[in-house]
Amino acid sequence: MTTLYAILIDGMIYASWLFLVAAGLTVIYGVMRILNMAHGSFYSIGAYSGASLVGWYFAGGDGAPYWSYLLLLGAALAAGLFIGLLVEQGLLQFMYKRDEILMVIITYALLLILEDATKLIFGVDPYFTYQPYSLLGRSSFGELTFANYDLALIAVSVLIGAACWLVLNRTNRGKVLRAVIQDREIAVAMGVNVKLMFAATFVVGTTLGALAGALTAPAISVSPGIGVEVIVLAFAVVVVGGLGSIEGAIVGALLVGLTRSVAVHLAPQIELFVIYGVMSLVLAVRPQGLFGRNLARKI
Amino acid sequence: MRRTTSRIVPTAVALAASLAFAAPALAADNGKFRIGVVTFLSGGAAGPFGVPSLNGAKVLVDALNEGKLPAPYNLKGINGVEIETVIVDENGGATKQVEEFRNLAERHKVDAVIGYISSGDCLAIAPVAEELKMPTVFFDCGTSRLFEENKAPTYVFRTGLDAAIDNIGAARYLVDSGRKLDSVASIQQNYAWGHDSWADFSAAIQQLKPGVKVATEQLPKLFQGQYGAEISAISVSRPDVIHSSFWGGDMEALVLQGAARGLFDKRAAVLTCGESALDRFKGQAPNGLILGARGPFGAFAPQNPLSDWFRTAYRGKNEIEPTYPAFKMAQAILGLKAAVEKTGAKPGTIPAKEAVAKSFKGLNFESVSGTVQMARAGGHQALQGIAYGEYSFDAKSGKATLANVRHYSGECVTPPDGTTAAVWIKAGFPGAQCK
Amino acid sequence: MLRLDKTETWLLAATVILLTAGFLLPSWLTFILTLAFAKALVVQGVVIQMRAGLVSFGQGLFFCIGGYAVGMGGAFLDVHDVFALIGLGVAVAVGVAAIIGLLMTRYRDIFFAMLSLALSMILFGVIVKNPTLGSTDGFNVHAPTLLGWAPQGQEQKLAIFVLTVLIAGGLALALNRYMKSGLGGVNEAIKENEIRVEFLGLSPRWILYANYLFAAGISAVGGALTALATGHVDPEMAFWTTSGEFVFIALLGGTTHVAAPFVAAVLFALVRTYALELAPHSWQMILGFVLLAIIIFLPKGLWSLVAGKRRAAA
Repeated sequence: MTTLYAILIDGMIYASWLFLVAAGLTVIYGVMRILNMAHGSFYSIGAYSGASLVGWYFAGGDGAPYWSYLLLLGAALAAGLFIGLLVEQGLLQFMYKRDEILMVIITYALLLILEDATKLIFGVDPYFTYQPYSLLGRSSFGELTFANYDLALIAVSVLIGAACWLVLNRTNRGKVLRAVIQDREIAVAMGVNVKLMFAATFVVGTTLGALAGALTAPAISVSPGIGVEVIVLAFAVVVVGGLGSIEGAIVGALLVGLTRSVAVHLAPQIELFVIYGVMSLVLAVRPQGLFGRNLARKI
Repeated sequence: MRRTTSRIVPTAVALAASLAFAAPALAADNGKFRIGVVTFLSGGAAGPFGVPSLNGAKVLVDALNEGKLPAPYNLKGINGVEIETVIVDENGGATKQVEEFRNLAERHKVDAVIGYISSGDCLAIAPVAEELKMPTVFFDCGTSRLFEENKAPTYVFRTGLDAAIDNIGAARYLVDSGRKLDSVASIQQNYAWGHDSWADFSAAIQQLKPGVKVATEQLPKLFQGQYGAEISAISVSRPDVIHSSFWGGDMEALVLQGAARGLFDKRAAVLTCGESALDRFKGQAPNGLILGARGPFGAFAPQNPLSDWFRTAYRGKNEIEPTYPAFKMAQAILGLKAAVEKTGAKPGTIPAKEAVAKSFKGLNFESVSGTVQMARAGGHQALQGIAYGEYSFDAKSGKATLANVRHYSGECVTPPDGTTAAVWIKAGFPGAQCK
Repeated sequence: MLRLDKTETWLLAATVILLTAGFLLPSWLTFILTLAFAKALVVQGVVIQMRAGLVSFGQGLFFCIGGYAVGMGGAFLDVHDVFALIGLGVAVAVGVAAIIGLLMTRYRDIFFAMLSLALSMILFGVIVKNPTLGSTDGFNVHAPTLLGWAPQGQEQKLAIFVLTVLIAGGLALALNRYMKSGLGGVNEAIKENEIRVEFLGLSPRWILYANYLFAAGISAVGGALTALATGHVDPEMAFWTTSGEFVFIALLGGTTHVAAPFVAAVLFALVRTYALELAPHSWQMILGFVLLAIIIFLPKGLWSLVAGKRRAAA
């Protein structure tokens, strides 16, 4: 019985983390049709920024510890905004007319550059800023103990998911965004400032990625290469859920998260394959992902 | 004609580039002792292992070139010849490393190569080193397969220890500490290092305490970073001891997340690579966490003139204490120096590579970790003991030390030549001499 | 059939020049060239599929199969002849491709790329789980023999170089023929507008399937040659970043000309070695900038991929 609870709670925690990581990716793809391979780097930059800022704060003296959460958020927003704007305005806005596949390669080049840039800025030493993680204490359910930070992350993820969904479905701006998602050409013809939408969307996407990184930083040791590890996971979740769909990202994250949790508790040896297995299975049955739209073939 | 133009330009560039690369080969014979140093400068292994080892190399090489080392290493450089290094990043996979090794040997014409943390790289490089007759010193990689598959080495040496020793030592420490040991949980990174470590440890612990149960065997992906589900699974399985060969960021994350969730409240955990983060854990690791340094390195190194000197010099340049990778790199360089100087070549000359290889074989030399005997694998593998200790953090001073340290001699934990580690463990450690 | 067009004459000339150069150039350079040409063969596999509009982010799957076939052939089946080993690699790769190609050819664009990535990572996982195959450490390849002759040391490396150049040259000729043929032309048509090809009475799916098999076979040859040259195989060959490298090189050279992947692979190898030496701490960044520069300033390399797409962005 304990195992069942463990599986469920672990699955939810992992799924909420997956969603946070994948949300930015799916938003960018949905609107701009760019599969951002550099998403992992934004995650990594967010993590490093958050870890350094919080680390500096705690090293500096005896500030009230709860400010560190605000600092984490602040670091993520600042990093995401800065890098997002830099990349979008400096490089991507000139490339929108190009092929989809070409954009993937451009973002792959960006990934290589940002990986080393992060290393040059932050160094290769791992950043270990644990204070925000242990600050919230723990909750025990019998044999199982969970860090309240992880449980709080579920709440954060739900909030962000809800916010994204609300903006897309219940605001005017969101409606315009959905129009751009459905058909970019007609949206432009209807007078939508697609360039501005693209810039805004990209920045939102990178900020979400940076936020995921910053929120994860207190729980891990931030070291070079965490961005690359996250990319494949994010892709898998997004592809399973359907590219461009927030609901898809939620369901994809839940599916992958729970399946992985089951594997870890009941059959740890297959854990390595679970994510690719789920992805292959979903794609075999529904080629465009669970919530992906069926595209009419244009002649 | 566009097609031909689009081909000619890149071809011309390629040819020009390749001619440019021919140039360095001529500069090789400049009278300096050239060492190729290969270690991780990027990727997850850079922070905990690669960069400290490179820093260790720099400290040692600079000091050697100035003749600042205590006896018996007071001759400048190596045999009086100034040392220069060619540094190569070990990141990129074994195929790339084979390419780079050949570059070091044939383009840069180095006199020796020291390096390699990744076992996969060591296994791929060993036959190439023999083929190119290049004295190569592996300072860190721990695979037991190295000399099991290269049965008659001439130019390949390893001054670091076989990882089987880490785990035999850990098993002995746990049993000797007298703690409750009815069940063990395993959490290893899901790759060769993790698999081999657990295999050796579980076999060893079964020999020393028959009937030990395995509570769970977790194998998260390398660099996964988040161990929520694994920590729950271990908690639920209620082991008395947790064994992990985790290293780097993964290890720190596991300790942080585990401590925050009370994983270590009711049980001991042993981290075979734990010493590499001794100064980083701060208050996050629980007191009593058992740490190893893969030999008598880092915080386990004995107090002798060489280790004292090394610690001071390293601290002076890097502002932190040297951890075990730095010690191991220093050991490899000292071993090479000792070998070269033992050839009897006139000071100020560089002896031939065959002479260096012959001299290194079976060598006994003084190192930052005490005396090293190249007494395994026919004189190509170093024989040393291993130590484990418990993490102890003093919150007031902010310093971490090791308590309840136990040393095990080389003869106690090292399989003899002629048998593999796995077979030796299963046979019950025949011939082991433990006090 | 036997008449050589201009490209093929150039290819033949290049092969002969390289063969003679092999005996004159320093051995570290021939080694780099051997690996580059072997890699270029895998890139040819990527390029074949790219011409039809599919980007494979998992070509490492067949690269790895070719390499491990060589390794396992020597270690478990006691086969040491290079031709037998390469043949074994190709057979296994094409066999595997025949089965999964049935699934793969249902997908296009991003999904094809992702699924190919997933499959190569599954192979990676399978190998890592397997201690007999050495898990992530891989294992060493036994010394190869060429039809009974067992060269040693430097001779062996040279022999592998000659073998690689000959095979590469031969395959380049074959690929050129393929590209100029009707089947090659249909590939471009499929990329431009698959529906029209269907309406013309051809089956894009089975053409893509044939492409997939062909690409698998060539990639396996590349993998086998890499294993023979380095003397070592490891599961990194199936990791997605290795496949990413192949795509990188494919774009560097472009898909218009059959010699492009070879030139691009050599350039890539030299740039990487140079970058490693110049900036051991930031060589990845240099590669990234080079790639960006190629995409932005030298679209000739990416010419047909860019100009050919007519599908509406929907």
